[in-house]
Amino acid sequence: MPRDEHLEGIYYIQGRDFVDAGVVSSEIKKRLKDKGITEDVIRKVAVITFEAEVNIISYADQGTIQLFIEPDAITVEATDIGPGIDDIELALQEGYSTADDSIREMGFGAGMGLANIKKFSDVFELTSEPGNGTCLKSVVRLDSE
Amino acid sequence: MRLADIRDILNAKVISGEEKLDIEITTAFGADLMSDVLAFARSGCLLITGLSNPQAVRTAYALDISAILVCRGKALTDKFVNIARELNIPILWTQYIMFEVCGRLYQEGLIGCVRQIADTEDKRIA
Repeated sequence: MPRDEHLEGIYYIQGRDFVDAGVVSSEIKKRLKDKGITEDVIRKVAVITFEAEVNIISYADQGTIQLFIEPDAITVEATDIGPGIDDIELALQEGYSTADDSIREMGFGAGMGLANIKKFSDVFELTSEPGNGTCLKSVVRLDSE
Repeated sequence: MRLADIRDILNAKVISGEEKLDIEITTAFGADLMSDVLAFARSGCLLITGLSNPQAVRTAYALDISAILVCRGKALTDKFVNIARELNIPILWTQYIMFEVCGRLYQEGLIGCVRQIADTEDKRIA
């Protein structure tokens, strides 16, 4: 668990705010570029935060993404208040989706998001309390290729 | 090929990034689904898409995609163009459909940034 001293930023995300989907991911990417982190690592974190942001907007009432920069890794924690996930194993399967039309019009909802986050993470943890919300933790090591 | 060559092959309009027309582009990825772009596209490629909303630009930014070619003559909003300028991503616009765009560019030497999805079953986004 990363400590508070490594907390780089907390980003608030409003559910159903489709117009601004991706803004947080772009902000995080700019911030990491300023830190001199390698392009490959930044790309992974940008994709992970984009997918996590779209998930919160698409399915939750509201949520936050916390960004931690440690000497050897970047940790992303996406926590939301919302319906949660009933069957995590099913949600992780590529192609499984409960997206509605508003999500698909945005270019998302193909059931790739969680699998994609997992693919680009060195450590991936997903927990959920149905009826309360979901917590996703993703770690990308700074030396990962 | 250069971005300027892509413009000429497709009779495309340059919507933003006029100063980047000399960049070299060797690969492309075509999709309307940003979920798939985020999963499979590679940095440096040309993104060919009919999705002309801000998420297409933000997807390109996340992946360090070189430029976006909007096909099928899709209408562009000011917001789309402004975000592309802010994030410094060149936008070309053509009335050709995606099939024609891909065929014409492939014929001139551009190739897919991945050939088959089985090729990408590793953890790299290089």
